[in-house]
Amino acid sequence: MEKISIEGTPKTPTITFDTAKGFLEIKGRSIPENSIEFYKPLVDWLEKYSGKPQSTTSVNIQLEYFNTSSSKCILDVFKKLEAINKGGSAVTINWYYEEDDEDMLEAGEDYQAIINVPFKMVQVSE
Amino acid sequence: MMLNIYEFYDKMERNNIMLSFKGDITSELLTSVLQIMESKLDTLQEEPKIKKKVYNVLVECLQNLYHHLDEVSQDQNEKIRSAIFMIGKIDNSYNIITGNYIKNSNIEGLKKRLDDINVLTKEELKEYYKLVLNNGEMSLKGGGGLGMIDIARKTGQKLNFDFSPVDENYSFFSLNIKISQ
Repeated sequence: MEKISIEGTPKTPTITFDTAKGFLEIKGRSIPENSIEFYKPLVDWLEKYSGKPQSTTSVNIQLEYFNTSSSKCILDVFKKLEAINKGGSAVTINWYYEEDDEDMLEAGEDYQAIINVPFKMVQVSE
Repeated sequence: MMLNIYEFYDKMERNNIMLSFKGDITSELLTSVLQIMESKLDTLQEEPKIKKKVYNVLVECLQNLYHHLDEVSQDQNEKIRSAIFMIGKIDNSYNIITGNYIKNSNIEGLKKRLDDINVLTKEELKEYYKLVLNNGEMSLKGGGGLGMIDIARKTGQKLNFDFSPVDENYSFFSLNIKISQ
C-alpha cells in the first residue's frame, strides 16, 4: 500500500490517500461536469484498501464548493467507508465547513443521516 | 436587418445584467464564466455566505444547461444546441436566468418535476433531497435529478419557469432563479 494523490484543479479537489496511516483527505472544489469519471479512481482505491485497512481510518472532507453531480459520488465514497467501518477499521469522517456556511453544514448533516459512520462537524473560520 | 445594439445594451443596463451568453455551452466556457463571476463577486465584496450561495446555484443552473444540451446533441442542429443565460443583480437580489430548447414531448415530465418541487416546504425539500441522493438513479453524466431540488433548497424560493412554444417539435424553456440576501 502506498500514498496516492490527485492534484486539484479549479473544478476538482485535491485528494490525498495515505493508506499506511489510514488517512484520506478531499480538499478544495468539486464541481466537474462529469464527476463519476473523476471519483472512479478513489472508489477503486477504497475498494482495495478495504481488503486490508488500518485499525483506524481518518477522513477529512474540506470542500469549499461541491455540485450535485459530485454529491452522489461523495455518497459512494462514504458507502465504501461505511463498509470499511463495519469491516473492523474504526472510521471517522471529519466534515469541515466555514463559519456562516450553513449550506455546507447542512450538506454534512445530510450525509450523517444517511451513512452509519461517526461524523465530526468541524467549523473553521473564513 | 439592422440590429440596434443600443436597445440591447439599454435593456441589459436597466436589468443590471452582469454577464450574459448565447451559444453552445461547453465545459471550457463554464470554467471561464465561473471564474469571471467569482472575481465579480469578490469585486462587489459580497459576504462569503452570499458569494457561496450565488456561486453554488450558478454552477447548478449552468451545468443543467450543459447536460441538457448533451442530451439533445444528437439533433445535430446548431440552433437547437444553442442556449442563453444571464446573471444580474437588482436591489440586492441576484437573478440567474437560463433559456434552452426542449422537445415538446419532454415538457410534461419536466413541468411535473418542477411543480412537485415547488409545493415542498424547506423541511420536505431536505428530506426529498436525501431520498433522491440515496436512492435516485445516477445518470451517466452524474446529474441524477438533484440539481433543481438543490437550487430550490439553497435559494429558499419557488422555481420560476416557463415554456414558450417554438414549433411542432420544440419549445423554449426558461428558468428564472432569484437569490435574495
